[in-house]
Amino acid sequence: MDPFLLEALLNGVLLGGVFALPVLGLNLIFGVVDVIWLCYAELVMVGMYAVWFLYTQAGWPLFLAFAICLPLVALLGGLLHVLVVKPLLSAPPINQVLATGGVLFVLQGAATLIFSTDFRSLGVEMPPIELGEVFVSGTKLAAFIAALVGAAVLWAFLKFTYVGTAIRAIARDREVMPLMGVDPRRIYLIASAAGGALAGLAACLLVVQLDVHPFVGLSFGPITFMICVMGGLGNMLGGFLAAFLMGLIVSVGGFYGSTDLSYVVAFLFFILVMFFRPRGLFTR
Amino acid sequence: MTPRAPRGMSGLTLPILLLAALACVPLLSPPDYLMHVLITVLLTALAGTGWALMGRFRLVSFGHGAFLGIGAYVMGLLWNYYDISPWLGVPIGVAAAVAAGLLLGYPCFQFRVVGHYFALVTLAAGEIVRILIVALRDITGGSLGMTPHQAPPGEAFAAMQFGKAGFWWIALAAWAAGLLAWRLLDRSMASKALAAIAEDEDAAASIGIRVTREKLMVTALSCALAALAGALTGQYRMYLNPESLAGLGISLQIVFGAIAGGMFSIIGPTIGALITIGLEESLRIAFGTQFTGAAALVYGILLVLFMIFLPRGIAGLLERPPRASTGRKAPAKGTVPAAQPPG
Amino acid sequence: MSGAGTLELSGIHAGYGDFQALFGVGLHVAPGEAVGVVGPNGAGKTTLLRVISGLIRPTAGTLRFGGQDLAALPAHELPGLGIAHVPENRRLFPHLTVEENLKVGAYTPSARRHFQQRRDHVYTLFPRLKQRRHQLAGTMSGGEQQMCAIGRALMSGPRILLLDEPSAGLAPLVVQQVFELVRRIRQEGLTVLIVEQNVAQVLRIVDRAYVLETGRVAAEGSSAALAEDPVIRRSYLGGH
Repeated sequence: MDPFLLEALLNGVLLGGVFALPVLGLNLIFGVVDVIWLCYAELVMVGMYAVWFLYTQAGWPLFLAFAICLPLVALLGGLLHVLVVKPLLSAPPINQVLATGGVLFVLQGAATLIFSTDFRSLGVEMPPIELGEVFVSGTKLAAFIAALVGAAVLWAFLKFTYVGTAIRAIARDREVMPLMGVDPRRIYLIASAAGGALAGLAACLLVVQLDVHPFVGLSFGPITFMICVMGGLGNMLGGFLAAFLMGLIVSVGGFYGSTDLSYVVAFLFFILVMFFRPRGLFTR
Repeated sequence: MTPRAPRGMSGLTLPILLLAALACVPLLSPPDYLMHVLITVLLTALAGTGWALMGRFRLVSFGHGAFLGIGAYVMGLLWNYYDISPWLGVPIGVAAAVAAGLLLGYPCFQFRVVGHYFALVTLAAGEIVRILIVALRDITGGSLGMTPHQAPPGEAFAAMQFGKAGFWWIALAAWAAGLLAWRLLDRSMASKALAAIAEDEDAAASIGIRVTREKLMVTALSCALAALAGALTGQYRMYLNPESLAGLGISLQIVFGAIAGGMFSIIGPTIGALITIGLEESLRIAFGTQFTGAAALVYGILLVLFMIFLPRGIAGLLERPPRASTGRKAPAKGTVPAAQPPG
Repeated sequence: MSGAGTLELSGIHAGYGDFQALFGVGLHVAPGEAVGVVGPNGAGKTTLLRVISGLIRPTAGTLRFGGQDLAALPAHELPGLGIAHVPENRRLFPHLTVEENLKVGAYTPSARRHFQQRRDHVYTLFPRLKQRRHQLAGTMSGGEQQMCAIGRALMSGPRILLLDEPSAGLAPLVVQQVFELVRRIRQEGLTVLIVEQNVAQVLRIVDRAYVLETGRVAAEGSSAALAEDPVIRRSYLGGH
């Protein structure tokens, strides 16, 4: 096989890993709270700025900056739920989505005010790794592995803990949960914070690959929403698989055309999927 | 339906008088800056009116920027590459946007893509247009934007290039056309059909409403108004760029304006445009350009507050008392209140 | 009367929005007792259970369990007090396994400590569940699902078990099995309040019963007395 095509395929898988985290986070929140956070990518952006600031400005060790980023964005996710989503729980879904769209503006505006619109780079690069005939960016590979670890931790949390099992249960039947001694409002908050933590992890993995600026969320936010819908909203496994599918489409599309056009292809693919499998590719 | 004479009279005279008064604004020779703000308000109001035209029937699009972009870029490219005057280019751009809207809308409506799913499909469409503009940078100038060629002296009118006053009249006419479209739609059976569809699509289909056709009709109208707003904005600024004419950012701003003003009322989106543009300008004056994020920040906070405390927007505040009073005056008629009272 | 673990309702009014379903219902269940609530469709039986487990707030009346006022507590705190409710239509989590359903039933902190012991107890009560512990609950038969729902409720270690129409939608033979299980559960000392349309069956396993009609208690008495009552016999027991 053409080594460049092979490299494109490999990069597609690595990109899929990066898409997977925000997709899992969005699906977690949608499955539990039944709300789409339109500002999810902007939470990631905040995390990226946090890491950039702590590492390059405050001079902290990178891993300490990562360790702060996760709980910080988790806290932000919890706050978003309490301040914005909770008052709208019984409102029409579109009002909820638009309110989180308002938060998107808030976070972009706040980032612009504090950090200006300059592109900020962490300036960290790991040496490329040779795998047979092809070279892979060490940074991307490390990010991919971290994303898989994050997904595995999430899976274990949902599978083996009481709260995780309750989260999977509440996605199907909200009303019956109090009879189990479960306070749904508490589960909403936990899921929102967990979704925030996933955004924080995604931020750590993205900030080593992308320059951060106030509008960086717009570069990967829309595609993560589409991946979620393609996998079936709230369907974690479907979203995970769809993330790799989209990663491959973008990467291989970029190999045959340009990166820009590969996103056009990916979005067109998404629209077609919506027409023929409106409830997701992997929904039975 | 026979329009009641007194209602019809007052319903038409007042807007015409108001329009005439607005048309006289340039004669007072107001400062250029004020004219600029007012023109921007009118064009923003037009885009918001277009969005709300379908948004109020639960066809919530997160991709209306696409239609602004198509309208503007088709017009701009035709002028720069083929010397086709914007007088012709604007209608062609509008037609192209309508065609794109129908192309997207038909399968959406046929395959019953609704709610969250519709919002995300339109979001994808908006992004596609933005990325295409960026990707085709050899032709469109990419994210740096594009400037329509200056017309040779003496041919400015033919190229739709003129000063603030001229554009005021054009924008005013376009805005009035948007309101007229809203009003005509409200008076037609289509608005009843669309309200029924918004309420319950299956029930609407079962009583013989052609769901796809009605939705396509309102989509076409909505896209046309958005594209008109986009093309005129590009032509007025003499500068087209993908961020302000396509993609998620501008699409959400259109939605915000319409929601803040009130998407269920004919004047709601216009009130919204006054608020958003007024806010943007006053923040710019207050803080200067070093605080460029302040406007977005305040926008966002207001959007959240509006969603929580005032989901029907400012116009929602205005419309409630009169509706209640007419209800009290004529309880005997027992008429079912229309989904949206015109005006 | 208000000993430890006595459920007492008096003058309960409740409903959904503008629709009122209960009009001044009074009822008490002593510890160790099995009490039935019977009556036609729409009499308010399910509403009554939902009021007791806090899913609906009464608009008037008092509601006490072991002397504690329940009306002031949110629904999710009641399982911790020893009230377990097996809802109408079972409401299992179909996409979770049998054992995961039991796990959700043991969500309260005190129940988590006893998870293994209670799970094993449930499996001895319902050996079928043990065979199917890793099967998705939604793929089981109706009778198995009802057992799983009861097992899930037992996981919280309740003092009183509220059962809403456990026989609904089951084949006659399976109905027998379910009632047999309910009898065994109460023999272990658990207090049971059971709502049923299957009056003949339920009167065989409860000590006392209330007849609910259009949101009011129309009659009450021991099961033997009710089974002999000519009006009850005509209305609910096929008149023989």
